[in-house]
Amino acid sequence: MTDVFDIAVVGAGPAGGNAALAAARNGLRVVLLDEQPQAGGQVWRAKSAAILKAPKTIETLAGDVLRRAIASSDVTHLHGARVWQISREGDNWQCHILRDGKSEPVQATSLILAPGAREYVQPVQGWTTPGVIGLAGATALFKQNLIVPGQRTVVSGTGPLVFYVASEIRRLGGEVAGIVTPNTRRDWLQALPVMLGKPKLLMRGAVWMVDLMLARVPIYWGHTVTEVLGTTQVSGVQVSKLDADWTPKMQVTTLQADSLCLGHGLIPQIEAAQMLGVGITHDPASGGWVPNAQDDGSTNIGNLYLCGDGTGIRGADAAAVQGRVTGMRAASDLGSDTDQDMRAAHNEWRRAAGFGMAMTALSIPRAGMARWTTAETIVCRCEGIIKQSVLGEVATGAATTNAVKSGVRAGMGPCGGKYCQTAVAALIADHKGTDVSNIAPPTPRPPLRPVPLGALAGSFDYDDLPIPKPAPL
Amino acid sequence: MTYDIAIIGGGIMGCSTALRVVAGGMKAIVLDQGDLGQGASGVNAGTLSLQIKRVKLMPYALKGHHLWEEMGAAVGFAKTGGYTLAFNDREAELLKERQTMKAEAGAPIEFVSNNRLRAAEPGLTQKVVAASYCAEDGYANSSLTGQYYRGCLQDAGIEYREQNAVTAIKKLKAGIFEIATPQGVVYAKRLLLAAGAWLKPLAALLDVNLPVNARINTVSVTERMPPLMSSVIGHATGLLTMKQKANGTVLIGGGWQGRGTPQEGRGEVDVASVRPNLALAQYALPALGDARVLRSWTGFEANVPDFYPLAGALPNVPDAYVLGCVRGGYTIGPYIGQLMGNFILGREPEMPLFDPGRTFQEDTI
Repeated sequence: MTDVFDIAVVGAGPAGGNAALAAARNGLRVVLLDEQPQAGGQVWRAKSAAILKAPKTIETLAGDVLRRAIASSDVTHLHGARVWQISREGDNWQCHILRDGKSEPVQATSLILAPGAREYVQPVQGWTTPGVIGLAGATALFKQNLIVPGQRTVVSGTGPLVFYVASEIRRLGGEVAGIVTPNTRRDWLQALPVMLGKPKLLMRGAVWMVDLMLARVPIYWGHTVTEVLGTTQVSGVQVSKLDADWTPKMQVTTLQADSLCLGHGLIPQIEAAQMLGVGITHDPASGGWVPNAQDDGSTNIGNLYLCGDGTGIRGADAAAVQGRVTGMRAASDLGSDTDQDMRAAHNEWRRAAGFGMAMTALSIPRAGMARWTTAETIVCRCEGIIKQSVLGEVATGAATTNAVKSGVRAGMGPCGGKYCQTAVAALIADHKGTDVSNIAPPTPRPPLRPVPLGALAGSFDYDDLPIPKPAPL
Repeated sequence: MTYDIAIIGGGIMGCSTALRVVAGGMKAIVLDQGDLGQGASGVNAGTLSLQIKRVKLMPYALKGHHLWEEMGAAVGFAKTGGYTLAFNDREAELLKERQTMKAEAGAPIEFVSNNRLRAAEPGLTQKVVAASYCAEDGYANSSLTGQYYRGCLQDAGIEYREQNAVTAIKKLKAGIFEIATPQGVVYAKRLLLAAGAWLKPLAALLDVNLPVNARINTVSVTERMPPLMSSVIGHATGLLTMKQKANGTVLIGGGWQGRGTPQEGRGEVDVASVRPNLALAQYALPALGDARVLRSWTGFEANVPDFYPLAGALPNVPDAYVLGCVRGGYTIGPYIGQLMGNFILGREPEMPLFDPGRTFQEDTI
């Protein structure tokens, strides 16, 4: 693909999809790159072909609207395209994508990154036991394949996702052994004023709650799972009561279950922006480290824009509006007269973002979470590194996430530290008596996702390899 | 207080010099702009291969090997032996000529038959035309450099300050160096510049122009794989080094160039150069094609026009010294740091140092 697009958009979720549509509507040639077989991202994920007849949810409907709009637009949508590296080549951006087992470059004048979020799971003893999955991972199972995590499931974590996941498990025929959430009824009351502005979502939440109550599913408010029982498979979980900073006070019960959905909020995916030179700031209200970008997506780097949950967790509705705004901004910077009132869109975004912020606030980590783990708890699950090893490294002088990574390999596995860096940073901050905002994440490295070596190398003739002059003798 | 010496740069060379001068009775402090051992010392491929060392530096490399072996498990040392491969007649000629000279310089290098190579490394391609072997070759784990030297400095009671970039250096009338850093001013009677690729801007603080350039070497690592090879594998040109660690990951290097400058911060992996690096690795060991690459990164390696070390007195500034730009610096670093320490202590080094004030000539035979 040698021609140069006006705009390349990475990520076809609510933000990226709408950014691509807005830019294309304003006359630009847009390529939309996404790893999934269909657009929609995590929240507006498409159902697999096998379950098309299953009832539609708000999310699949919103996703269908986006997918239809993209299909009938001039956007070139490359699905199944994994972006593994982005670089600057002359005046253009070059996205290296892995598609059909081959690596190829896609060039564009401007670049919009909409990588979305990933889930944070606070490690607890036994959290790597088979049968434990992330809350967000569970929603992907429901949406794409109508699969439940097990026969009898405990759902535990922060924010609204626990109630959604629990009611979906029930709807799909599974049994919910209990909901265990660190949030209290008071936390939720504080979010109520904002929720009142979203009557449809509030109604939906009410339906979940009524269903759970009628089914007499126990809800443990202000509690957490402190240990997962079972060796080769989850057999149950220990539940402890939490105090205000989420320090476990006492163990109250054991719930029998064969599976556990666990999640503690979302984290923006900032690595691609970081690698391209965008600075980052720590903002707990936005999900942790966020790249420095304006509300309209522009950054301090020319022709580079960021939007959606990758810039701060505000939820799918806000991401969709922000994507539209960013697409227009990028189009306008390339000389297009934009078709919509940017100010109106900005106001729409602020309203949507307010709701997202209130939901994110329910997942802001509290100091006591550090005490959910024991010395033996695995912190880096790729490499099997336990908390004690990390603490030992920190105690002997490793003062940064990079130093801990070098010393004990926490973050050197396939995830590249995406899943353990938050917990590792918290341990360093705790040891140094400083705030986590002073402990930067480790240096991100390409590839953005693991790529088979053979695909990177591509097909080649040995004699054509550009082998430089040998080193001096 | 006034230190006997301030060492700027907490990599292998700075730390090993610090250990030597402190053993000799000096009071030293080590300053680093980042974490200890996170520059070239901590991000290189960790290859300890005499087959890729320069002929004139071979005596230093042999000494270096022994020191790494002594450091042992703490630095992930493994003596595996290493094969260097040629895939066509031109490379075979190059291999013959170069490895013969290195053997004459003292490295126990021998040429091996294809049968012997295949018996030892059955996973390698059948397209090898010629191969050499060195039983002394192996590797250490460069990511443990920081952890290792941090422990050594602590055990020796040597003060160090990380995340502490030097912003200005002044020589006071009394002959004392005044070193400004974000963590306060440091006073020292002597100064050693051991900042690797950052030597040029550092020496400029003392109005000395060192002709230091930076190479931007790329290294890649795969996920854990079943056993694929048991020794260090290289290429006649030196443009491939690879080894499989005990944990199954395969580390691939060879000095392919990325982009960026030390002044701008970290370098950037260049797809146009990492792809042929990986292709060469896959050509040598076809099963690598299925391994997923987890990370590629770059490290800045300092050099001067003749590619020989800077090790000695800093020109025009009494009591200031410089150590760096050692080709094969990971291998040689622990040893040349000791030589440097002896020199600073006023002792006769057991091998000659490399005058930083020499006239530089291109020497890239």
